[in-house]
Amino acid sequence: MAYMSEGVEGLRSIPALLARNASQHGASPAYREKEYGIWQSWTWAETAQEIEALALGFLNLGVNEGDFIAIIGRNRPYLYWSMVAAQSVGAIPVPLYQDSVAEEMEYVLDHCGARFAIVSDQEQVDKVIEVQDRLHQFEHMIYLDPRGLRKYDHTRLHQFSHVQDQGRASYDEFIRELQARTAKLNYDSTCVMLYTSGTTGKPKGVVLSNRNIIETAKASSEFDHLKVDDEVLAYLPMAWVGDFIFSIGQAYWSGFCVNCPESPETMMTDLREIAPSYYFAPPRVFETQLTQIMIRMEDSGAFKKKTFDYFMEHARKVGPAILDGHDVSTFDLLKYKLGEIMVYGPLKNALGFSNVRVGYTAGEAIGPEIFDFYRSLGINLKQLYGQTEASVFITQQPDGEVRSDTVGVPSPGVEIRISDKGEVFYRSPGVFVEYYKNAESTADTKDPEGWVATGDAGFIEESTGHLRIIDRAKDVGAMADGAMFAPKYVENKLKFYPNILEAVVFGAGRDRCCAFINIDLAAVGNWAERNNIAYASYQELAGHKQVLDTIQAHIEEVNASIAQDEMLSGCQVHRFLVLHKELDADDGELTRTRKVRRKIIGEKFEDLVNALYDGSESIYTETEVTYEDGRKGKIKATLEIRDAKVVPATRQTLAAE
Amino acid sequence: MKDTEGYVTADGRQIGGTLMEMRNITLRFGGVVAIQDISFDIHEGEVRAIIGPNGAGKSSMLNVISGFYTPSEGEVWYKGSKRPPMKPYEVARQGVARTFQNIALFEGMTVLDNVMTGRLTHMNAGLASQALWWGKARDEEMENREKVERVIDFLEIQNIRKTPVGRLPYGLKKRVELARALAAEPSLLLLDEPMAGMNVEEKEDMSRFILDVNDEFGTTICLIEHDMGVVMDLSDRVVVMDYGKKIGDGTPDEVRNNQDVIDAYLGVPH
Repeated sequence: MAYMSEGVEGLRSIPALLARNASQHGASPAYREKEYGIWQSWTWAETAQEIEALALGFLNLGVNEGDFIAIIGRNRPYLYWSMVAAQSVGAIPVPLYQDSVAEEMEYVLDHCGARFAIVSDQEQVDKVIEVQDRLHQFEHMIYLDPRGLRKYDHTRLHQFSHVQDQGRASYDEFIRELQARTAKLNYDSTCVMLYTSGTTGKPKGVVLSNRNIIETAKASSEFDHLKVDDEVLAYLPMAWVGDFIFSIGQAYWSGFCVNCPESPETMMTDLREIAPSYYFAPPRVFETQLTQIMIRMEDSGAFKKKTFDYFMEHARKVGPAILDGHDVSTFDLLKYKLGEIMVYGPLKNALGFSNVRVGYTAGEAIGPEIFDFYRSLGINLKQLYGQTEASVFITQQPDGEVRSDTVGVPSPGVEIRISDKGEVFYRSPGVFVEYYKNAESTADTKDPEGWVATGDAGFIEESTGHLRIIDRAKDVGAMADGAMFAPKYVENKLKFYPNILEAVVFGAGRDRCCAFINIDLAAVGNWAERNNIAYASYQELAGHKQVLDTIQAHIEEVNASIAQDEMLSGCQVHRFLVLHKELDADDGELTRTRKVRRKIIGEKFEDLVNALYDGSESIYTETEVTYEDGRKGKIKATLEIRDAKVVPATRQTLAAE
Repeated sequence: MKDTEGYVTADGRQIGGTLMEMRNITLRFGGVVAIQDISFDIHEGEVRAIIGPNGAGKSSMLNVISGFYTPSEGEVWYKGSKRPPMKPYEVARQGVARTFQNIALFEGMTVLDNVMTGRLTHMNAGLASQALWWGKARDEEMENREKVERVIDFLEIQNIRKTPVGRLPYGLKKRVELARALAAEPSLLLLDEPMAGMNVEEKEDMSRFILDVNDEFGTTICLIEHDMGVVMDLSDRVVVMDYGKKIGDGTPDEVRNNQDVIDAYLGVPH
């Protein structure tokens, strides 16, 4: 294949990188997936053949250049191949969140005008069939798992392996066409289109070019020295930009192996078996793991518990310093080594972190205790800050400069500036091309010089050059007296308590702050079990007096800590209630990436918000909920509203009038 | 009146000829008549339900089919020939597998090992080979493990593969039981109250699995169930029993409108 001169070493598309990997690392594993209890693997050479067969199959089905191909399902090698096969024939892959409900899918499929969809199983097939009559341009659907689909009408429905078989059979007819189309791809061709989850409004289709993806993958792979023998576990949604960069961009650039778990439920077992060397997880995953470790240690024998506590205390003291390569006393070092044998090693092994060389977390703020816990074990966990529009990377933490309260220095090739209003702007080779069919939003977000607004308020620490994020810029508001209101800042502080899963703080334009709390069923449930507190449901546990007492104590601690911050002391939580249901993406209260939709929650639970402010002690409410299968039901509850102590602070000095 | 013709169900599935036929079955325990002169047939590929109030003799009937009880009178015809009195394991070898009303799994063994026991009828390596796990025993184990893994994948229990059964909740144990029965690759699958004690969600899952088994593997299913909604939705034909007698037989709609059945369920003075 003749490479064009433009681009990194002439490699200007993912299919070109595939061809390089197949020739240079042909025998190295490219994909693994656990199926039928055994890890099945494909080398780069085999991967190239599979993708070619699929691409030929696409041509056989009549895929045109510029067509959009929707990809819906959990992380599976076949779906990753589908993306690259789509690119090979000049089509554009559009991965969708597999847990989206049919209407959400309809919007996206209609917006991009997808002619084809490749889906994992019957569940997804049913969803697409439900909406396909309203999608006039939609033509063919290809599925992976034939189970339950035998009786479906197969005039426009195809099994994945059959498409490949037909592709192989029609090799002679289509191979020239395929080669011609693949050769046409250049740095400006669209690599992928990803829909942003959208904390507000409808999702927007972010168009990312080969330049965006490959330049970003190259820079970030070099930053962390990723190599062909690295291993990653692909378990985050395929529709999320991070997964695309890690499992496609960096994997194809560096040639490392992407491992797919057997099912979402077996993720933790699979993680342990694979022991990835490069790992990414949102803070929530680390939180859940830590909560589970702590719960299990609580239940373990006295000797084990003592050993664990003793060595963990030592690890907290010297672990991060050792990881950062600072000097510690010989005695401390030896004791840490002993701890490695006794506690840290086995623990890391049980978690699947034995081989982690580079670990990242991003998406939300991570609690300092959680962050330090993993680092103290010797796991090189770092933070990065990014977004879809940047092809992920804006800032990241270099080895040896890791802290829980910053998000690091600008990634290679990224320029950062802070606007007068405190909003963070960036410019980089990874900056997206446009929002698909939405020139207005594109212009709003990206200025002619290529600077993109992140929508986040933050500042750069002068001493270190690290970026610190305060909150979403549009969420940072003012209270009635003009004091600064940064709800996320308070919510994050609350969420660092294992008992609190979600918090929503209200207070913009009001005289004081109030909060909704979601308890963490795993942590609080375990506590209830150990204290012989019987409960039948989330709702019952959430309304339990002792639970409320605990939450109140947490809130008062947070209030005390906020009071020390002169600028934000007005954000102390005066009143709170514990919600009777878990906030859920199916009910539209969270985004698919589990970010709180403050405005929607505020409108939906307006009665509760009013009750928080009108001083009533309890409130009766009814809430409509959507079950996983799309049915709706109602939850009724009477919620107790409590006052939390606030700490008098320097607030008066800020009051304008 | 042997009916070997198949038929087509309401939703357009082709059902095969007769797989099993019960002819004038009577079962007595001393003076108690548990089953009285009952005849019905099970066609290949259908979902056949046996329903009836408590104590109607449903489980006894299932036990006759599985060979646990030998009928006092009457004949069991299976795959076109009359079945002589047999031990349950001999019946199992003929391709009849079952689940139990009150879960009968090995609590201390893992899910995988429990499901593997379902393959026992397909293993015949010698003692020495088994003990040394070499040669035939090893090949057999690998071959059977693959079959078992397909069942595990089918019933979506990968995540509990290595979990001891004793630690599982009730609904999952039921699913493991189904897995073990399926692992035997039966031609006739007997389910004794597969939904008993389940919540709505578990029932929905179980119904989905039963239909999928029937659809994917073409397995003939005979089930006993109390939940009428489930029975009417799942089964192609229903036998209704009351006080050891057959009082109805036909499609769910026919049975639903049968006056004797209505009386038996709602109760009339006897």
